Amino acid sequence: MNRALHFARETTLADRIRTWWVILRISLEERLVYRGDFALGTLMRFLPIITQIFLWGAIFQSAIGHDAGSAGAQNPSAVPQTATSQIALGGYRFDDMVAYYLMTMIARAFSSMPGLSSGIASQIRQGEIKRYLIQPVDFIGFLLLQRLAHKVAYYSVALLPFALVFFLCRNYFVDGWPEPGRLIAFVASLMIGFLIGFFLEATIGMIGFWFLEVSSLLFIYMLGSFFLSGHMFPLTLLPDWIEWLVQMLPLKYLAYFPAAVFLGKIPADELPQEMLIQAAWLGFFIILCRFTYAAGIRRYSGFGG
Amino acid sequence: MPHPPGTPQDLSQPRYLRVFLTFARNSLIRDLTFPTNFLFQCLTSVSWTMMNVGFYLIIFQYAPTIGENTGWRREEFFLFLSTTWFINSLVQAFFMPNAEEFSELIRTGGLDFALLKPIDTQFLISFRRMEWSSLANFVAGLIIAIISLVEIARRPEQVGWVVTPLTIALYLFYLGCGVAIMYSLMITLSATSIWLGRNQTLYDFWFYITNFSRYPMEIYQRGWGWGLWGFFTFAIPVLVVVNVPARLLARPLDPRAWWEWPLAGFAVLATVVSLLASRWVFRTALGSYRSASS
Repeated sequence: MNRALHFARETTLADRIRTWWVILRISLEERLVYRGDFALGTLMRFLPIITQIFLWGAIFQSAIGHDAGSAGAQNPSAVPQTATSQIALGGYRFDDMVAYYLMTMIARAFSSMPGLSSGIASQIRQGEIKRYLIQPVDFIGFLLLQRLAHKVAYYSVALLPFALVFFLCRNYFVDGWPEPGRLIAFVASLMIGFLIGFFLEATIGMIGFWFLEVSSLLFIYMLGSFFLSGHMFPLTLLPDWIEWLVQMLPLKYLAYFPAAVFLGKIPADELPQEMLIQAAWLGFFIILCRFTYAAGIRRYSGFGG
Repeated sequence: MPHPPGTPQDLSQPRYLRVFLTFARNSLIRDLTFPTNFLFQCLTSVSWTMMNVGFYLIIFQYAPTIGENTGWRREEFFLFLSTTWFINSLVQAFFMPNAEEFSELIRTGGLDFALLKPIDTQFLISFRRMEWSSLANFVAGLIIAIISLVEIARRPEQVGWVVTPLTIALYLFYLGCGVAIMYSLMITLSATSIWLGRNQTLYDFWFYITNFSRYPMEIYQRGWGWGLWGFFTFAIPVLVVVNVPARLLARPLDPRAWWEWPLAGFAVLATVVSLLASRWVFRTALGSYRSASS
């Protein structure tokens, strides 16, 4: 008894790492099966950016005309071309706006978790989850590794299309690369964004312990997150009182925040505090996810093999 | 002269309208079997629309029009948006579920049964299933269009209504053209799944292409946007789908820029060509169909 316990303890860490590695590798291979389709799909995902460029071009153009008109200019169309680069909506110039949309694509590439919640819910519904109750593998840890592998596979294929699009659009990044400090903050915010996205959506999936069908709930979340995460537009465009509220929510870390950090839209003195708040939200969602899982397991009953 | 039922003529000539109505009724019954789910689907598709309304309300806080001197002020632009929703909701209600099913039919070999039925295969494939909940957006579009028209009529510089019975008739006609162009595009894309086996990416492609139709064409009319404008007007005519009817509704019929009536004429031509081309692609694709079943 004692020896067995000792043995188990001794092999735990090495075994765990080996287990993690195997899970990671299998998931990676699984994902790389359809890489051609994958790369093409990624490239096409940038197509809406083109319409965004023209849409915002038109918006800025008429905002400038409006500005000049209200300033008493006789002929609004005589506004010099340089005005386009000067006027800012919600703190974003035209070039920033395009750069913003490109950056949110990166942020979403980290924080979006397609199929995570619905996958968890269906595993609960179909009883597959009892595998994890018996096997010495932690369910959430397994999912996290699987997701990590998916992301790594995704980046390895998506890197080329992303690089191509960013190269073509490099002129929209008028301020060039951010300084090292901001770059580090940006990378950190992407990583934490990935984890927040994971634990948030995993928590939603855990609701499947209580309601068997979460797809409708998930749809509401997706809609809300598209609007409130800043994926649709920079949150600073919102009217002040709504913006205040939305800035309090954790959804902004999924898209708006990393992009704003990269583009230098978060003042340097507020950045450390913002990063701390982001980390705190991550802590909150880890605990919430663990808690709902534990509570769900207590409720759950599995039958048959 | 109508043939009495039961004669050979009657059998060889299926009654398309009646078949269509039966499909529509069956789908409605199917959708309403789970009323809460149905209501929820309506709500979710409308909430997506409302988010778009929110987005553009924010935009119009900053700019008076979409594009300078284009005349797309807030109310006009919301008329444009409701036109988009009319067309999209019709396409989603009638054709989207069928196009999705089509590639499944090919993959599983279920298309054999469709080919055997004594009715036009393209008709059968296109209208089998309807998704009634998608029409919720049609209603939402109608409400927003009415509000916008009332707002325009209440403007101090506006005398009376913009719309006349003629405008409405033309608008409805061009809505139909728009739906037909979108349908042609969709059936063409789904027919290619006969050759490609599976085409998940192609549906994304449909979404991304139609994305170009959702904005006033003026926004593309500068710089390298002219290339896009030309491509999506003449090669894949998705730009005329919403733009032509929306312009008719948003402004009085007279005066118009010199190019607007030719554009409207072109839209009719584009509709006819799209329908014929998609019919041809569909039939050619069916020719290369090899059943998947044993």
